[in-house]
Amino acid sequence: MADPVAVSMTINGKVRKASVEPRLLLVHFLRENLGLTGTHVGCDTSQCGACTIHIDGRAAKSCTVFTVQADGAEIMTIEGLADGEKLHAVQEGFWEEHGLQCGYCTPGMIMSSVALLKENPHPTEDEIRKGIDGNFCRCTGYQHIVKAIQHAANKGS
Amino acid sequence: MATSLVLPKLVGERIKRREDPRLIQGRATYVDDLKVSGMLHLAFKRSDIAHGKIRRIDTSAAEAMEGVEYVVTGKQLAEYLAPMPIGTPFPSPDHHAVATDTVRYQGEPVAIVVASDRYLARDAADAIIVEYDPLPAAIDVERSMTGQPVVIHPAFPNNLAVAYVPGGTGVDAAAGTVDNTAIDKAFAEAEVVISQRMMNHRLAPNAMEPRGVLAHYEPGKDQMTIWSSTQNPHILKTFIAAMTGLGEHQVRAIAPEVGGGFGCKINIYGEEYAAAAISKRLGRPIKWIEDRSEAFQATIHGRDILCYIDLAAKRDGKVLGLRLKLIADIGAYNMLLTAAIPTLTMLMLNGTYDIPAVRAELTEVFTNKMPTDAYRGAGRPEATYFVERAMDMLAAELKMDPAELRRKNFIQPSQFPYATQMGAVYDSGDYDKALDLALKVANWTALKAERDAMRAEGRLVGIGLAFYVEVCGLGPSSSLPTGGWEHAGVTIERGGKITATTGASPHGQGNETTFAQMLGDQFGVAIEDVTILHGDTGIVKQGIGTFGSRSQAVGGAALNLAGQKVKTKMAKFAAAMLDANEDDLVFENGRIFVKGSPDTGKAFAEVSGYAYVPVPLPEGMEPGLSDEAFFEPTNNTYPFGCHITMLEVDRDTGEPKLLKVVAVDDAGNLINPMIVEGQIHGGLAQGIGQAMIEEVVYDEDGQLVTGSFMDYAIPRATDFPWFEMDNTVTPTPVNPLGAKGVGEAGTLGSTPSVVNAAVDALSGFGVKHIDMMLRPEKLWKIING
Repeated sequence: MADPVAVSMTINGKVRKASVEPRLLLVHFLRENLGLTGTHVGCDTSQCGACTIHIDGRAAKSCTVFTVQADGAEIMTIEGLADGEKLHAVQEGFWEEHGLQCGYCTPGMIMSSVALLKENPHPTEDEIRKGIDGNFCRCTGYQHIVKAIQHAANKGS
Repeated sequence: MATSLVLPKLVGERIKRREDPRLIQGRATYVDDLKVSGMLHLAFKRSDIAHGKIRRIDTSAAEAMEGVEYVVTGKQLAEYLAPMPIGTPFPSPDHHAVATDTVRYQGEPVAIVVASDRYLARDAADAIIVEYDPLPAAIDVERSMTGQPVVIHPAFPNNLAVAYVPGGTGVDAAAGTVDNTAIDKAFAEAEVVISQRMMNHRLAPNAMEPRGVLAHYEPGKDQMTIWSSTQNPHILKTFIAAMTGLGEHQVRAIAPEVGGGFGCKINIYGEEYAAAAISKRLGRPIKWIEDRSEAFQATIHGRDILCYIDLAAKRDGKVLGLRLKLIADIGAYNMLLTAAIPTLTMLMLNGTYDIPAVRAELTEVFTNKMPTDAYRGAGRPEATYFVERAMDMLAAELKMDPAELRRKNFIQPSQFPYATQMGAVYDSGDYDKALDLALKVANWTALKAERDAMRAEGRLVGIGLAFYVEVCGLGPSSSLPTGGWEHAGVTIERGGKITATTGASPHGQGNETTFAQMLGDQFGVAIEDVTILHGDTGIVKQGIGTFGSRSQAVGGAALNLAGQKVKTKMAKFAAAMLDANEDDLVFENGRIFVKGSPDTGKAFAEVSGYAYVPVPLPEGMEPGLSDEAFFEPTNNTYPFGCHITMLEVDRDTGEPKLLKVVAVDDAGNLINPMIVEGQIHGGLAQGIGQAMIEEVVYDEDGQLVTGSFMDYAIPRATDFPWFEMDNTVTPTPVNPLGAKGVGEAGTLGSTPSVVNAAVDALSGFGVKHIDMMLRPEKLWKIING
């Protein structure tokens, strides 16, 4: 068993310090150590995207990052997306357009969508589909997710 | 008193979901989000071979590891955990939660570790050494059914779990006789016969949330609380109680937020039994969360039925008879409903057609693979696939328009209720209407011209049509071992809010919204004033669960009945307050008043307040406003529809691409069309997934080749064009809502329509049938001879 390593990172605007095993995945650190269970684990091969968060402003799969690799980073999880009680435009879009059913892929899907719209504020349908092709959804068939992202884009997220 | 509140009608409207706020903010609680003080983590050591005797298990290294609390082998666990029960009446081999002396599929558990930390449990499981004496693996189903290369369960020679059971025209199951006169006549009079071997291949359900369980036995109370990612907490409760020696009065089962099921979370699994039994033994909460790799190996698989079909017809297109031989590859054991799924295939082999003779024979075969069980559609996509492929082959043979061929054979509206040759009684239907609408939405004639124009350019383009009828809203208690009813409770709180319970256990279906819509309209209150509770047997006293597309048809019917009972009583209280006749009262806009006089009357909350402090108590009445109902359906329901797809095959790579998808579905009356669309979209995605994207593959040694998302493709957003949707409405007489249910229907028409389109696209190469999945390599070989 390797010696624990000290890490410090800013998560949803708050500085968090901890001492962790080098092999502790970031997604487990968020969920188990910090109780931020909104980020989900859906696979063990980095395909499904349920674990998507933002690291230093970019979408990243937190299952494929060791906690120690995120030392010093600025992290946003789904819990940090809304502005208090005011939902982000993407969250509103998902609600308005029924862009979710079971909700398990949803936090990761929303975080990917936010990153997509930051990079490309007015994507075509094709660009939206490509932009979320790293996020699996087994429930919706994606159509209402596309509409949700279009809804947010039209609102000028 | 102001009467300006005007509430919008809710049923039939695209109301935003009540579920969403918590889900879009990451505030929902799935089973892995739960922590109980003193909780330990359970990990499995699983077999890496498909078939073998366990010679030796060495757990010493695992036991010695820091943080490991308990290690147990299958043999040791079997001392206090009996073989697992199943829900079907066929004879079945013993199936232990953890293998005792023989492993029969890759991934079968052989030992368990319980440790203080999830990572430690995994380390310890990996440190367990298992030695096997390998046995041959029975993988090819047609070989396996001859007992080759090995008999898996000694009591089942030739690996036949169910042996050559006939069904359909001329079969008298009760008398045990078979009369071939009608089916032989059909084929004797045939002017054309279509014969084809078709594979409806194995799939992995892959709900986005893997399975998981947290079992918490409290020794002081001699009670257990068990949280599980399940579709049916009440069934879980009953089986956990039985298997741990507790009574149902000592077990509380909870489905927390559940991240999808699609049928794979109906079964009560060995992992759940083991967690519960070990929690009871150790007196500690035990949590197990499935890895995705485990899910591929050890969550039930779907489909996997091989069919030899013969279709007899006249040259004018009239179908005279169908004959099918079904061979179901059910894997190594029977799980809860494994043996029942292919019987649902048998049940639906008539399709939407008025065929005078349909005969089928079913065999279910053990192989050294993960067992199969219910997966979205559960037997009905298979039936639809076989029949609709054969119909399309007939259309091609007769050079007849595929839509006109279907139409020529449709059961007519006047023939409903229609008793089929296979023993189903279809409740209602208007197949022509749905077909007409589908052809209109697809712009059928122009679509065919478009295809022909693209072909003239050298492109390989095809159109596929499939028409389906589905059986759901399960169902009469005679057909479900758990009983087929559903339960609802409705309580009007003192202050006028409404709390209702349902035995349905939604995991994405939106019943917190749709059921609130129903009660809002029934009682004339705002949807915000209604809460729907589900999933916890400590709160919801009775229920069966969510599967078989039954929540609306059966659960919604129970809710409506329970609401009616409470409304009747509430009207009596209001009548007493208003000195009016209860039959003259209406519930609208938050008030209860004599019809025609909304300004006189009482606020909803005034009447509810009176009911709980009833001074005076009206003659013959009890205080309170709370009642319940069980709804026992007299039949299943039978939604139907038409799916049309256009597909292009890349000449150079063989890759198929969908150009167009049209779906017209009839699920009777709809509560929330937006939620219904979502259900159909999801079904379309999984049906298209079967045709083009997904396939479970075992190699000849029984190694699961498609063991992760790296090898088993899951449909992505880039795989689909825009789904063009419409619907017809043919209510069912089976329940007071006229609602048929729709959760699985999307998988039925989509799969055959895509394969029909691919065959059409490559028809120029002389191909008449292509087995799924439509791999580019397979299509390329057809193109390149």
